[in-house]
Amino acid sequence: MSKRTIVPFGPQHPVLPEPIHLDLVLEDEKVVEAIPSIGFVHRGLEKLVEKRDFIDFTYVAERICGICSFIHGLTYCMAVEELMKIEVPERAQYLRTIWSELSRIHSHLLWLGLTADAFGFENLFMQSWRLREYILDIIEETTGGRVIFGSAKIGGVRRDITPEKLDEILKKIRSYQKEMLEIGSYFLEDSTVKHRLQGIGILSKEDAQALGAVGPMLRASGVSMDIRMMGYAAYGKVGFAPVVETAGDSYARCKVRIRELDQSVDIIEKCVQQMKEGPVEIKVTGFPNGEFFARSEQPRGEVIYYAKANGTKFLQRMRVRTPTFANITPLLSVLKGCQLADVPILVLTIDPCISCAER
Amino acid sequence: MTQQTITEISIGDLLNKVRAFKYEGWRLVQICCTKLPDVLELQYSFDKDYVFNSLKIVLKDTSTAVPSVSGIYLSAFLYENEIHDLFGINVQGIAVDYKGEFYRTQVKHGFNQEVQPAGEKSNE
Repeated sequence: MSKRTIVPFGPQHPVLPEPIHLDLVLEDEKVVEAIPSIGFVHRGLEKLVEKRDFIDFTYVAERICGICSFIHGLTYCMAVEELMKIEVPERAQYLRTIWSELSRIHSHLLWLGLTADAFGFENLFMQSWRLREYILDIIEETTGGRVIFGSAKIGGVRRDITPEKLDEILKKIRSYQKEMLEIGSYFLEDSTVKHRLQGIGILSKEDAQALGAVGPMLRASGVSMDIRMMGYAAYGKVGFAPVVETAGDSYARCKVRIRELDQSVDIIEKCVQQMKEGPVEIKVTGFPNGEFFARSEQPRGEVIYYAKANGTKFLQRMRVRTPTFANITPLLSVLKGCQLADVPILVLTIDPCISCAER
Repeated sequence: MTQQTITEISIGDLLNKVRAFKYEGWRLVQICCTKLPDVLELQYSFDKDYVFNSLKIVLKDTSTAVPSVSGIYLSAFLYENEIHDLFGINVQGIAVDYKGEFYRTQVKHGFNQEVQPAGEKSNE
């Protein structure tokens, strides 16, 4: 047996904008074991629910993450709405779907840029983020914010989008779709990119299921599981199928995200076509009571909001299980047997959001 | 919106019930702890084909030993370390036990402590 060496990876590392630490046990350049450490910046936001009333907590939920802030707020609202038996107006459901898909597009473009940066393809990094800026512009035009949308509320959404604006968004996003396809083609066809991603970090279908993988990490291993299929918001009305790849390697995870960019544009288009005029919120009265697990599909995978209430303005418990937390165990599995040089790419292929994990 | 079941079981039944879920192909979705005025609740949640099932056990206090399910679902080790560090739950036999060092929080077992509603200042 070769001599074993332990190499610390993180919490500060060029590919990690947020702190996560891995102790990599190496035999020569091969990783034989990886032990994770998180908790460097744990914020305890869940505990705040005991001192912020359930309406205000929407703002806290949105601040769990700067990338999928809207979906955090939305899923929290879904949990409370279920406890209070609130029927959200149809137009609000479509608007929720549109903002969720815009979040997915900008998150996946962010990921593509970070990944390109990690394997040294700086031009591709810049092109991905250039395109992401256009999506953020649309978000800013429709919500007023680029990071925190402030649009989700219990009982609906805070603001509407005019039909003229929706048409304008549709035109813009169709033109961006062409550019996204072009950028995607470089990721999927360039030989240097393939060299860094194909056959690297294979997660089998069985392991993906057994280890609790979620999102693109799971679907790239051949499992057709996408919480949007449950039909929350307007997803039940727009008709789509989960994007699934079967290779289970880093390339497949990249391919799933690129195909989801295209799918998100199609979903937005269907929403705009199907939306009818109507109210975007209803008045909420009373207090929540009971317990419920709300689930939604973030760009990184399934997020769960557990709410428990006793009929007062303060919830007894709000628990958030984020996709990054669920994908840590599968990450440890794919790191076993990889080369040290591939570790940064493999860590990135789960699209880690430590801000979410350290909620 | 979703088919969802929460079933209360005893601690003694936990491992057998979780094992049954594993054999039937359910995915472990999450484990969470809730502090109530008199008791603590632990929920083990599973998913299969978008059907959601939760097992609930009730603990009188944190001294009650809870067997780890990480031998059945490896991914449980993260959740079990989390409920240990945040609530002080005594989980025994965790596959990878961080011994209280998983979360580097200033307040130990901070989620098991009372908080005052906003606007009411502490006496300290």
